[in-house]
Amino acid sequence: MDTRYLFKRHNTWWVKVAVPKDARDALGFDLRQSLKTHDLAKAQEKRWEIVELFRDQIKNAQNELSLPLANKDSVQTFMPVTDTSNPQYYHKVVDCQYACPAHTPVPEYIRQISQGNYTDAYMINWESNVFPGILGRTCDRPCEPACRRTRTHEKAVAICRLKRVTYDYKGNIEDRIPKLPEKTNGKRIALIGGGPASLTVARDLIVMGYECVLFEKDPFAGGLMRTNIPSFRLPEEVLNEEVDRIINMGLETRFNSEITSMKELLKEDFDAIFVGTGAPRGRDLNIEGREEAKKNIHIGIDWLTSIAFEHTKSIGKKVVVLGGGNTAMDCCRSSLRLGAEDVKVAVRSPFSQMKASEWEIEDAMNEHIPIFENHVPKRFITNENKLAGIEFEKVEAVFDENGKRSLVPTGEDPVIFECDDICIAIGQDNAFEWIEKDIGIEFGEWDMPIVDKVTFQSTNPKIFFGGDAAWGPENIIWAAAHGHQAAISIHKFCSGEDLFDRPMPGTNLVTQKMGIHEWSYDNDISQAKRNLVPHADQSISLKNLKVEVELGFDEQLAFEEAQRCLNCDVQTVFAEDLCIECDACVDICPTDCINFVNNAPEEDLRNSLRIPALNLDQPLLVSEDLPTKRAMIKDEDVCLHCGLCAERCPTGAWDMQTFLYEEAKVYS
Amino acid sequence: MTYIVKPKNHHPNLERNELGLTRRDYEGAISTLCAGCGHDSISAAIIDACFQLSIPSYQVAKLSGIGCSSKAPAYFLNQSHGFNSVHGRMPSIATGANVANHELLYLGVSGDGDSASIGIGQFIHAARRQPNMIYIVENNGTYGLTKGQFSATNDLESKSKYGEDNLFPAIDLCGMAIQLGASFVARGFSGDKDQLVPLLKAAINHKGFCLLDIISPCVTFNNHNTSTKSYDHIREHNESVSRPDFVPLGKEITAEYSEGENIDVALHDGSILSLEKLSDDYNPLDKKSALENLIKSEKEGKVTTGLLYIDPNAKDLKETINMTDKPLNKLEDGDLCPGNKYISSLNDKLR
Repeated sequence: MDTRYLFKRHNTWWVKVAVPKDARDALGFDLRQSLKTHDLAKAQEKRWEIVELFRDQIKNAQNELSLPLANKDSVQTFMPVTDTSNPQYYHKVVDCQYACPAHTPVPEYIRQISQGNYTDAYMINWESNVFPGILGRTCDRPCEPACRRTRTHEKAVAICRLKRVTYDYKGNIEDRIPKLPEKTNGKRIALIGGGPASLTVARDLIVMGYECVLFEKDPFAGGLMRTNIPSFRLPEEVLNEEVDRIINMGLETRFNSEITSMKELLKEDFDAIFVGTGAPRGRDLNIEGREEAKKNIHIGIDWLTSIAFEHTKSIGKKVVVLGGGNTAMDCCRSSLRLGAEDVKVAVRSPFSQMKASEWEIEDAMNEHIPIFENHVPKRFITNENKLAGIEFEKVEAVFDENGKRSLVPTGEDPVIFECDDICIAIGQDNAFEWIEKDIGIEFGEWDMPIVDKVTFQSTNPKIFFGGDAAWGPENIIWAAAHGHQAAISIHKFCSGEDLFDRPMPGTNLVTQKMGIHEWSYDNDISQAKRNLVPHADQSISLKNLKVEVELGFDEQLAFEEAQRCLNCDVQTVFAEDLCIECDACVDICPTDCINFVNNAPEEDLRNSLRIPALNLDQPLLVSEDLPTKRAMIKDEDVCLHCGLCAERCPTGAWDMQTFLYEEAKVYS
Repeated sequence: MTYIVKPKNHHPNLERNELGLTRRDYEGAISTLCAGCGHDSISAAIIDACFQLSIPSYQVAKLSGIGCSSKAPAYFLNQSHGFNSVHGRMPSIATGANVANHELLYLGVSGDGDSASIGIGQFIHAARRQPNMIYIVENNGTYGLTKGQFSATNDLESKSKYGEDNLFPAIDLCGMAIQLGASFVARGFSGDKDQLVPLLKAAINHKGFCLLDIISPCVTFNNHNTSTKSYDHIREHNESVSRPDFVPLGKEITAEYSEGENIDVALHDGSILSLEKLSDDYNPLDKKSALENLIKSEKEGKVTTGLLYIDPNAKDLKETINMTDKPLNKLEDGDLCPGNKYISSLNDKLR
């Protein structure tokens, strides 16, 4: 990712170019312009044109103002002074929080865990991502690859498992949960589908006094969290607790009531409708023998659902699972627990390109399930109208110049696996047959409704989409993030406000200084390795579908792991007017982040640092020019937030300040 | 004082030298000096110089006396030899160690009190005898450890933090050293590592006595408006005579100068110290010109920095007293004892 000249403001990308000091004094500003897109790839493309345009403008301005120029022909662009009052700057430094779709304040709750305040830590999570106990077991963890520890050749902090700790050790929180006010605002909202997206919308809107009605085709709420995640990964009591908590806030539920016509629903007196029906249709594989063998061929997500509702209680001795995603991993591990003795997974792609999360693949392999890569299914083999096996063609992945992959047969003999049952887990799609085409909802590519990426509003202003229903399969954490945004939009829609006028996040920047060299956070960097989560004994867990495999951290392990957090939200705040340029911070910084050099165009500047700042994804903190004409340039990339710069600073020009960023909610 | 240990985590792209070591491998314990002390920057410059020259730490001896400056050797090269001597007696220890084993690199770290007051007699004779060493004076013009009294290098016009006048003129250690016969005399500023590190590298490769008088502001007691050794004063009045570039043996000279703008000095081991002239009448090879330059800039209230004087061919102590090439501490019984036969014949002559 290359963010040169780009910065983010109000969820859109902007270009900014600094003006040479003489011109800036005359003009009074640097040049910047919104690219009106939240898509980084698009912003990256558009930026250079505008940078060039700016260069011309600077040159013209200098000519017009007849400013003294060292060289009239060379118009220099400088790295702009960092605007730390833009909440997105410090937010980006907190990599885990920035990567999280719901922007959960990760370091904040990890500090609470170290102090044993599990309940507070849980509430920080609940506020932000609604399902800490569930996500602490099942989240796709976009935060962990973003963890700064991974960039200093270490493993990420086990953030997800620490989230689980907040659930496991929390105290009573009932008095902290808001309820539907006695006097509602009289507005009624229909929520279709009882999954995480709808539940999040309900939680946010109930607080605002909306009457929410949930329609769910199954007899319980929870959506795919209930039907598709096996209970050895997510115990039912955890799921029930967190789902019921929202229902008990004052959510009206209509179970076993599948909405079959949007047109009919529109006739009822709802002020807005939210569609959170997920992507409920498992893809099928129509190859030779499919029809004959249909009795023993199962669609992955449907099969998992029937296990969850205890309709399916057994499977054949030999099982083959097709697919390389998380559903495939759940199918193969469930098969073992239903009595299968020989379970194989076959994937079309190479092993390294499997879609499943690394840890889920690991868990399956720990249960001795072999995974066969580069196997493309060709036909189901039947014997007297009964499934007998499956034939594969072996392929290899070939990449063309554009990096596009194609699977080319190797010409080897076909591979045959004998089996009694097959699970197909090769993807899932949305299903919107129940939405009539003449009610104002436009459909675009792949028969998906056109939904605005910022407001989650469809082309029928009254109808909003979120979760997997909006843009196809994602993870629970995305559904929660969508839910918060959709709730804001629904509230604005019902109040007649502009939906694009999005609320600003809540931010707070507080110094951590307690004494001359004392901070109110623990700045000693832990040298401990990432702790592994203990697992249940396989002789027990493999026999019972309901025995949770991961046991979670105990309090001691949780403390040790929490101490590994670098506290990236404790920001290094620099005050130019106090700096005497004594170099003490440069000398002490363990990771050579801090530099005093002459400002220059970003490319040159990045290369002129003590250790060149080659990670373009990470911003530079640029100060105003100091008395010696140099600027302080800090590469945020591998800063450990140890606070030694502030400890060795004689004048307090560096300070360590905790930056709390709270994503806007409808009620904030 | 910082309580935590500096984290051992370092930047993944941290450079390694010919020994496969990073700059972090040349560090010492975390400093207990005041935050912002110039001495810490000098420690960092020493670390940089030793790292860049790939010097093995075990071939270095750090020697010091008493004072803030003399604590500093604890904060760099923690795998080197060290000797913390009585106040002002570091030069004697350095001279003795030099005689015993001239193969080590001797880094003497002293301060203005340790060298210009209690140890000035020792300083004079070290400069005169020319042991092969680097004598670093971390010069802040004040007694920081005893709360800010004037030291002997504090300028006459410089007032104390509490407003008192300084009654006595300053001792210029550089001028003294040139007169006494030191063969490498330079003045640096802790806040200018671009100049300091090449000077240190050249000094490490120079044979003979090197004096590096490094102005190192005391942030706590001598960094106020009426001080002449504050960061601001030095930055305003700093007049660098040359821009030094040290080129190790076997490396190509890459900097380009027009003719007459630079002076290349070949050091005894073949490495080159290339000096870009910043002042017309600057000639570091001429003692007279060097001394005149110092007197002139003192009158003008300027602080001259850079390499002031160098005699690349001067004799060091080892040559002067005609010592063996093999260090004394490595001589065996056989080398030291002439044998029974020789002693008997010697005795016979005396009968």
